[in-house]
Amino acid sequence: MRKLIGTAIAATAVAGLAFGAQASTLDDVKAKGHVQCGVSQGLPGFSNPDEKGNWSGLDVDVCRAVAAAIFGSGDAVKFTPLSAKERFTALQSGEVDLLSRNTTWTLSRDTALGLDFTGVSYYDGQGFMVRKDLGVKSAKELSGAAVCTNTGTTTELNVADYFRTNKMDYKVVAFEKADEVVAAYDAGRCDVYTTDQSGIAAQRTKLKEPGAHIILPEVISKEPLGPAVRHGDNQWGDIVRWTLNALITAEEFGVEKGNVASMKDSKNPEIRRLVSAEGTMCENLGLQPGCFANAIAAVGNYGEVFERNVGPSTPLGLGRGLNELWSKGGIMYSPPFR
Amino acid sequence: MADSSTTLNRSSGPPKTKVAPWNDPKVRGFFFQVVLLVALLWFCWWLFANTTANLERQKIASGFDFLGTTAGFGIIQTPIDYSETSTYGRAFMVGLINTLIVSVIGCVVATVLGFLIGVARLSHNWLVSRLAAVYIEIFRNIPLLLQIFFWYFVVLRLLPHPRDSLRPFSDVYINVRGIFTPNPVPLDGFSVVVIAFVVAVVAIVFLRRWATRRQESTGQTFPVFWTSVGLLVLLPLIGAAVTGFPMTWEYPKATRFSISGGFTIYPELAAMVMALSVYTASFIAEIVRAGILAVSHGQTEAAHSLGLRNGPTLRLVIIPQAMRVIIPPLTSQYLNLTKNSSLSAAIAYPELVSVFAGTVLNQTGQAIEVIGITMLVYATISLSISAGMNIYNKKMALVER
Ligand SMILES: N[C@@H](CCC(=O)N[C@@H](CS)C(=O)NCC(=O)O)C(=O)O
Repeated sequence: MRKLIGTAIAATAVAGLAFGAQASTLDDVKAKGHVQCGVSQGLPGFSNPDEKGNWSGLDVDVCRAVAAAIFGSGDAVKFTPLSAKERFTALQSGEVDLLSRNTTWTLSRDTALGLDFTGVSYYDGQGFMVRKDLGVKSAKELSGAAVCTNTGTTTELNVADYFRTNKMDYKVVAFEKADEVVAAYDAGRCDVYTTDQSGIAAQRTKLKEPGAHIILPEVISKEPLGPAVRHGDNQWGDIVRWTLNALITAEEFGVEKGNVASMKDSKNPEIRRLVSAEGTMCENLGLQPGCFANAIAAVGNYGEVFERNVGPSTPLGLGRGLNELWSKGGIMYSPPFR
Repeated sequence: MADSSTTLNRSSGPPKTKVAPWNDPKVRGFFFQVVLLVALLWFCWWLFANTTANLERQKIASGFDFLGTTAGFGIIQTPIDYSETSTYGRAFMVGLINTLIVSVIGCVVATVLGFLIGVARLSHNWLVSRLAAVYIEIFRNIPLLLQIFFWYFVVLRLLPHPRDSLRPFSDVYINVRGIFTPNPVPLDGFSVVVIAFVVAVVAIVFLRRWATRRQESTGQTFPVFWTSVGLLVLLPLIGAAVTGFPMTWEYPKATRFSISGGFTIYPELAAMVMALSVYTASFIAEIVRAGILAVSHGQTEAAHSLGLRNGPTLRLVIIPQAMRVIIPPLTSQYLNLTKNSSLSAAIAYPELVSVFAGTVLNQTGQAIEVIGITMLVYATISLSISAGMNIYNKKMALVER
């Protein structure tokens, strides 16, 4: 009986406490000593673990940059692999602090799902891959085809829209895990594999004969992929947003992993503000001075991140395209650091 | 606690001294019950308030309105009409029916397979009983998810591309996209056939009653089984002949990519049924074996000395008694199979968890509502199975005369 009363009192106390308090994500992260980052379950070039469990990729570098901005080290981060279906619940429930998992910024995700997108780290669009020997040259020929894809993605919705607007029939075979999609497509279950173009390039490397498949010319959607945080903690959202912007600005002004240390002596005021030689940019976000310099020192600028993970010299071999800086014909654009 | 002290007090007998109310076990018991109840209510209210406050703060949508909005995604196996423009509510129905389809077929196949193997396990033939034992040990001990992948990818690897479909009959195609057969389409007047079928079923019920009564009074047996089969086939056939066979077939056709039209069994369903029933059958086999062993050997000897052969002994004497032992654990196997069908999401079979607790949850973000509904559905299905099996169990229970 005593125990019961004790439990009741404890429950009441806990209830009272938990109800009011709502710590900020930054405080939580600082207390933990690391950023908990939601990534994919293995998408080469974006977020992929090696045999030793070290994660690398463009999305991973965004996490590392945020960690470096807060803690000064790009290693103060832990990764949670999430399927497309699990990712939003994981973020909403606080299991991860930051979702950086080739996630498309859409209106309903931004609103009804209670998320905030903090910029675009990769401008993408949805494409189709088919076996060469099918002889298909255009997505318009795909009426009656079986299409393999992931559940819980924009992909699943876009493909429905595309076939509906073009009055074509299709059979969608939707798996939870990306590896099963690839395996089923490879086993001939589907004629078509569809996802983001970048995803196709990445998953293609897992096929038995990557050369036996072609990517069709049609791009059927806009897929701005970017990091997302929980709605309602603006400070945390700003930290992620401006860390990503810092990487883009760094590329624009020629600040690199190798030279960021010496940029404190730069004459350019924007660069000086970026590396905290002037102004209180980091302090405004609630971080230590030098936060962006640390982020750049950890992963390099956006161009370096791109080249290292998905660029022409990697197995993915993607060109910059839309992801080129605005000043060089692309649409990668950061608001000013001032 | 309060109760036990009450009984102690009572048993301690006459010395009835007046106690203060806070020492009166009855009052104390009542008091603590109230405290517990209040604490429980407070806890529930706290959970509810905290959740709604959090949802509100994060601006996550809530409520059940989403069930009426457009789903916008496709589903491969749609036993009821469904398209991208249907609602989330409709998608829920599709998922639910697909769950029921795979569970019902799985239970039937698992039962048949399980009984065969359970009986084989007890066979006096060394090879047969060993084979059954090997089957049981293999399939009982490998995790179900692995078996699901195994069957799925075995099915996919073994079957040919649609271009080289296997064609056991001219209008049946078997390939990696599924099994395609002609689909019967009823025309006007088909209801006569349905009515004939119902009449056949009713007739069989009466026939069985009559046969049992006759056997009890005269000892003569009647071939109930074959007569029933005959009735089930013949009556609808006569009905069809009279109305001029009011039915056409929709035939599957080869298209550029695959086969379309007709009736399709998708590889996802085939693999799920295969995996669920093979796995569950290994447990059912053990249950059946235990059930049969629980019937004392004297029953077999008695049956034999009455002149019954092995087959009828098993069917008429052993199994009916074994059923009393078999049914309760069999019920849990059915429940397991139904719940295990939720692993289907792994191989793209669009059942409830995959469609509703997967895609719909992800698109709407309404985790609490969606998971709540899903749990309610599974609880309902499970309770229905239990209720059904309890009724059956009552029927099979030892009737004392
Ligand atoms: N950008 C799309 C699709 C994202 C997605 O999940 N794509 C799959 C196929 S490329 C994937 O990343 N799979 C990797 C994994 O599940 O680990 C979205 O946000 O819905």
